[in-house]
Amino acid sequence: MTVRKNQAALTPEEKRAFTNALLELKRTGVYDRFVTTHNGFIMADTDSGDRVGHRSPSFLPWHRRFLLEFEAALQKVDPKVSLPYWDWTADRTSRSSLWAADFLGGTGRARDGQVMDGPFAYAAGKFNVNVRVDGRAYLRRALGEGVAELPTKAEVEAVLSMPVYDMAPWNSSSNGFRNHLEGWRGANLHNRVHVWVGGQMATGVSPNDPVFWMHHAYVDKLWAEWQARHPKSTYLPAAGTTNVVDLNDTMRPWNDVTPADLLDHRKFYTFDAEPVPAAAASQR
Amino acid sequence: MNKITRRQALGTAAGALSALGIAGATAHAAAADSRASIPAGTVDEVYQGRRIQITPATSGAGHHGGHHGGGHDGLPTVRIDGRELHVMRNADGTWISVVNHYETFADPTSLARAAVRELQGAVLAPFAPMGGTA
Repeated sequence: MTVRKNQAALTPEEKRAFTNALLELKRTGVYDRFVTTHNGFIMADTDSGDRVGHRSPSFLPWHRRFLLEFEAALQKVDPKVSLPYWDWTADRTSRSSLWAADFLGGTGRARDGQVMDGPFAYAAGKFNVNVRVDGRAYLRRALGEGVAELPTKAEVEAVLSMPVYDMAPWNSSSNGFRNHLEGWRGANLHNRVHVWVGGQMATGVSPNDPVFWMHHAYVDKLWAEWQARHPKSTYLPAAGTTNVVDLNDTMRPWNDVTPADLLDHRKFYTFDAEPVPAAAASQR
Repeated sequence: MNKITRRQALGTAAGALSALGIAGATAHAAAADSRASIPAGTVDEVYQGRRIQITPATSGAGHHGGHHGGGHDGLPTVRIDGRELHVMRNADGTWISVVNHYETFADPTSLARAAVRELQGAVLAPFAPMGGTA
């Protein structure tokens, strides 16, 4: 069974295995297909029309499935690898070990935003940005420039305390847990992290930066923590909603999986620190 | 005109442009060249050395059709140095673009200027909804 670990706790060998598997997926072209899929959905998902991957209730199960597919691809390269998660409430500066040269490499240089160290630097020759929205083929970042601060623990707590999963109109203007976690409303969690990293992470082709997977693995963990806290709450809407993926509707692009199939992450993986159920938490 | 013609060709290849849509796009190109009759909402400015052109949505023309998989009217066309920038309007009236997709802007002009800053001189890739190289 796959165990997803906090990136800060990975051993040097685990970091090496993870980055090597990423580079192998890049070499074979598998990696770029994931970038293309994400960009296709992010450009097609609209507040007033069909919406599946973003700005809609299925934001969370869609990305859970997307990450499962990516993790399965990594495990074909190296069965020992699993997706680490980045708790950006804890590792919240550009000096975090996440951004060291033995892992993801650091921020971009001032002149053009180009990442100059680590396995994914353009100069290392193994990680060209091929699926892109402009002419630049090098990985870029501007850590902390687009927005000064990553979300805090207190901001995450406030969102986790929201008891209702999602609300009409089921888009970027919704109240409820999903849209506050996604970040179109309120303190802004998920969206703000994309902006904080900058470079490709701030664009529609954000999976070009390997930190995409670790950011979304943590967003996914926050969904699991919300479920543990609100055992009587569930995915909404239940049925009959135009342009929106209901609980038992299949999701594109797979067409063989529903949000209901994905609610329990423990069918697929566990976390190094599993969310504590509400009853147990209240007794601490 | 080369770039605009190429963009039209791409749109036609994708089956996105109706005959009416092509006529609309041509009209926009012509409008950008004759500043005498700039309709309301049109922007044509040089910002940090880049030309930003914004033409307002034309109701019912469907010139933007296909980019969201179904022809959404009501979106302006934003170009930087003649290349179209993918833009989207949020339910609360704010705007995002494909180069700033997780950050909202109050209006298309501030969105286009942010895109120019983000591009740092780079040229937008051809408008291809499923990605691809420049």
